[in-house]
Amino acid sequence: MPLKEYVGLSQINGPLVFVENVENIGYNEVVEIIFRDKKRFGQVVQVSKNFAVIQVFEGTEGLNLNETRVKFLGKTLQIKVSEEVLGRTFNGIGRPIDGGAEIVNGVYKDVNGSPINPASRMYPKNFIQTGISAIDGLMTLIRGQKLPIFSGNGLPHNRLAVQITKQAKLKGEESGDFAIVFAAMGIKHDDAQYILSSFEESGAVKNVVTFLNLADDPTIERISTPRVALTAAEYLAFEKDMHVLVILTDMTNYCEALRELSTARGEVPSRKGYPGYLYSDLAAIYERAGMINGKKGSVTQIPILSMPNDDITHPIPDLTGYITEGQIVLSRELQRKGVHPPIGILPSLSRLMKDGIGKGFTRDDHPHVSSQLFAAYSRVQETRALASIIGEEELTNADKKYLKFGEAFEKEFLSQGEEEDRMIEETLDIGWRVLGYLPTSELTRVNEEEIKKRYKAREDVK
Amino acid sequence: MQMNKTIGKVYMINGPVVKAKEMTGVMMHEVVKVGNLKLTGEVISLENDDVTIEVYEETSGLKPGEPVEGTGELLSVILGPGIIKSVYDGIQRPLNVLRNKSGDFLERGVNADALDMSKEWEVEVLVKEGDRVVPGQVVAKVKETASVEHRIMIPPEISGKAADVQKSGKYNLDANLLTVELDNGGKRGVKLYQKWPVRVPRPVKKRLAPSEPLITGQRVIDTFFPISKGGTAAIPGGFGTGKTITQHQLAKWSDADIVVYIGCGERGNEMTEVLEEFPQLRDPRNGQPLMERTVLIANTSNMPVSAREASIYTGVTIAEYFRDMGYHVALMADSTSRWAEALREISGRLEEMPAEEGFPPYLSSRLAEFYERAGKATLLGSVDKVGSISIIGAVSPPGGDFSEPVTTHTKRFIRCFWALDKSLANARHYPSISWLNSYSEYTMELKNWFDENVNPDFANLVKKAMNIFSEDDNLQQIIKLVGEDVLPDDQKLVVRVANILKIGYLQQSAFSDVDAFCELAKQNEMLKLILMYYDRAMVLVSKGVAISEVLNETMINTLMRMKEKIPNDKLNEFEEIEKSLESLFDSLNKKYNQAKEA
Ligand SMILES: Nc1ncnc2c1ncn2[C@@H]1O[C@H](COP(=O)(O)OP(=O)(O)OP(=O)(O)O)[C@@H](O)[C@H]1O
Ligand SMILES: [Mg+2]
Repeated sequence: MPLKEYVGLSQINGPLVFVENVENIGYNEVVEIIFRDKKRFGQVVQVSKNFAVIQVFEGTEGLNLNETRVKFLGKTLQIKVSEEVLGRTFNGIGRPIDGGAEIVNGVYKDVNGSPINPASRMYPKNFIQTGISAIDGLMTLIRGQKLPIFSGNGLPHNRLAVQITKQAKLKGEESGDFAIVFAAMGIKHDDAQYILSSFEESGAVKNVVTFLNLADDPTIERISTPRVALTAAEYLAFEKDMHVLVILTDMTNYCEALRELSTARGEVPSRKGYPGYLYSDLAAIYERAGMINGKKGSVTQIPILSMPNDDITHPIPDLTGYITEGQIVLSRELQRKGVHPPIGILPSLSRLMKDGIGKGFTRDDHPHVSSQLFAAYSRVQETRALASIIGEEELTNADKKYLKFGEAFEKEFLSQGEEEDRMIEETLDIGWRVLGYLPTSELTRVNEEEIKKRYKAREDVK
Repeated sequence: MQMNKTIGKVYMINGPVVKAKEMTGVMMHEVVKVGNLKLTGEVISLENDDVTIEVYEETSGLKPGEPVEGTGELLSVILGPGIIKSVYDGIQRPLNVLRNKSGDFLERGVNADALDMSKEWEVEVLVKEGDRVVPGQVVAKVKETASVEHRIMIPPEISGKAADVQKSGKYNLDANLLTVELDNGGKRGVKLYQKWPVRVPRPVKKRLAPSEPLITGQRVIDTFFPISKGGTAAIPGGFGTGKTITQHQLAKWSDADIVVYIGCGERGNEMTEVLEEFPQLRDPRNGQPLMERTVLIANTSNMPVSAREASIYTGVTIAEYFRDMGYHVALMADSTSRWAEALREISGRLEEMPAEEGFPPYLSSRLAEFYERAGKATLLGSVDKVGSISIIGAVSPPGGDFSEPVTTHTKRFIRCFWALDKSLANARHYPSISWLNSYSEYTMELKNWFDENVNPDFANLVKKAMNIFSEDDNLQQIIKLVGEDVLPDDQKLVVRVANILKIGYLQQSAFSDVDAFCELAKQNEMLKLILMYYDRAMVLVSKGVAISEVLNETMINTLMRMKEKIPNDKLNEFEEIEKSLESLFDSLNKKYNQAKEA
């Protein structure tokens, strides 16, 4: 079928262009937009009988109405994937930008993917040891999980992500072939560089596929970046049996691009100007994680997002939390105290940990210890609030013990070096050690046998 | 019955909303097949020969000019043996069958029968040639699963004389079991299945007032905020506060005959969890795997939003069908907010005038229509049967703020409100149902039932515990400012007992082998003991005995751990605790009396 090409636009509005008198155009079809021999890509976002609205990925800057040519490609946005993508770097819509050749052998895949049939999924249960106590002990990462990092400007989310990717391993069994898919959306060159060079250091670089849409790259291209990246990830996981860890950063920039597009389309905005379908749109990205019955590979996602004004109720973290299987929330307060990694444990959660920890997975006492640490640390917060009003001396004895526990928990359990890689047993032992500041009567989440076996009172505790 | 099929042409596409022309004769809510791929859609507005269609599948690649074909049928579900244990998408496509047809990813334009039409079932026919049959009458029985007897009924609106009645035996769904010679002339065949349009409630004879609880085995619910069979409840809460776990707990342990679980715009893995776990778990009442009474509707967040909109209706229609057989059905919808958002998204694409937060003005009436399909009723049929549907809807308010439209409108139509509290969830107090902000309007109506079946004094115990909670709440305000030490001993005791109740009674881990499900009898024993401790301790404290004397560490420890220690089938072990409690206080009392005498 010959490609349809039209000259001239009827309107340009933000990232959108309008073409009239077109025929036989498909919804979501990809187009090439050619202006004075320079080519950009776009996608049809609405079609009527003889009228199409196109979203231009590289933006509409410098286009004019009468000279611009539009070529409809008759297919939706696709990328070519094969194992050749490993070690390569692409732009936000999947074109190579590392100076290397185009992908030669491979299959074309629609970047929007298709939803995994819920009846085909396999419930993820394999514990990934990250070597970071806060995560392994309290918000365990599971292979095939989507577990985002909620961060803020100036917080060390990149360093945390790097530490996770460097140290992540499965307990016990062979880890199998692994790959990292890294998608950067609107982040600074320096940040991207830091992450990429750390992959290089760790020797993982030949297993990394990189998609870069940096801060000064076209905003609108960002809408495709996570989709392109996940298409590569799904291919490697479900057709090549690899365990793929996908890092998407920064989802906030992605959402802003989406808002820009939605506004240009004149849609009725929902909270804070974001489109009403932000939830479904994000779900279409985050749900592309998981495991499939009868397939060896897996897609694990660690999206990173910065919370505007550190506000966890802002639509971006809020809707993300509603979709992902937990969240790791970084805390500015802990950062100020010098705790690294500054993981605020109370608002953090891993929903999949319940089936991946405990007897036969990590250690039998794990579920109880973690529950106890959460409960006790939450009491610490209340006690600190009270102490700031009535003064520490006025606290009851029990409360004073909680303060001690809180200090020890932050110093010994949460804090660890960026190179420090703790085994899960060590993490749990440290957990017991800090619980030693509390009397056994306060330890209602662990059972009596566990207390007998592992509890040792510390210092002045009787 | 073949209607004349309308064939028109697509002229506009905007996501799931498609407009077509030349569709004269097509009905409102008729199912249509859109485009060359024959995507399934439904007519949602009509204007002359111009229609707007909501397409239940991704519309990428669809072009103006492609054909749209009417089917002559309203969006309906197929009701018959084989529904139980199935997993359907929002428009009743069987996901297991789709998997066999098109692989692990959902492809477009793939269709499959909701029920296996060729499978033969052992049918026991219950009517004779010449019998008079009426709507809802059970005319045959099929053992559908180990837990469910499927009752084949005369569809509503058909009555007359039974003719051509087949003998009991093996039949597939399409076989004609009997023919009804209608009172007004004409004939209608009755098969093992019937069809019903999802947006139309199935009729009942008479609605009944709630009178017995849906027992959930969750202490905070059964004891403090009970739901009745046929009742409605909402579980609102921010992300990660425990809506899904609570819904799963209810799907597992509530004493319903049939469970319809709708995953509406939520996670794929949560559906998988049900699919993997329910066949392994045993129903405490009949020892059969829980899956044997469960139907799953899975329209996850990444599946088309339009089918998400339909999923709620598909689920509730299936629930009504089983209710009509005389069953108590529990329906869980997780999450109704995602359904409301689907309404909003489609409304937006239709360029309707939005009301609050972009939701269409009819949000509230749609919610009302949905929750009103719950209830207990006398059913159609030749003998009086009673059945019920209880609806439990999760609500996911943006930012966890309960003042948003979906929560506030839902509140108008439900009678149990199980408010999840973020700070409880953060402290890992589960279930994080707030004992201060939740309510149940069924408490009064269920009082008689609890009196007769649990303990005539149960309502008093509950009231007493609630008083402790509210007093504790007041005291906590003071403690936050000045610490606990300054409180007088009797108030300290209230705070301590409230703490025992919170940890030892309200907290209930869904993952505990012993405690995930707690029988009413056990709830009664536990509550009795904790309050007995309170009463006896209070007597001593008010006589001037030091609080440290009554706060016996071993005793408190026992009370806090008894939920995990004593299983549902060993309730006599509570007697021992009661004895040691008695003897503890008797000796304290003696000590006090001796001291007084001295
Ligand atoms: N009764 C319970 N016992 C033990 N843990 C619980 C209980 N309820 C909730 N949790 C814990 O809270 C986590 C989150 O619960 P859940 O997935 O039900 O939240 P949700 O309200 O459905 O969130 P979302 O709106 O994001 O779907 C669970 O993974 C589990 O760890
Ligand atoms: Mg949930």
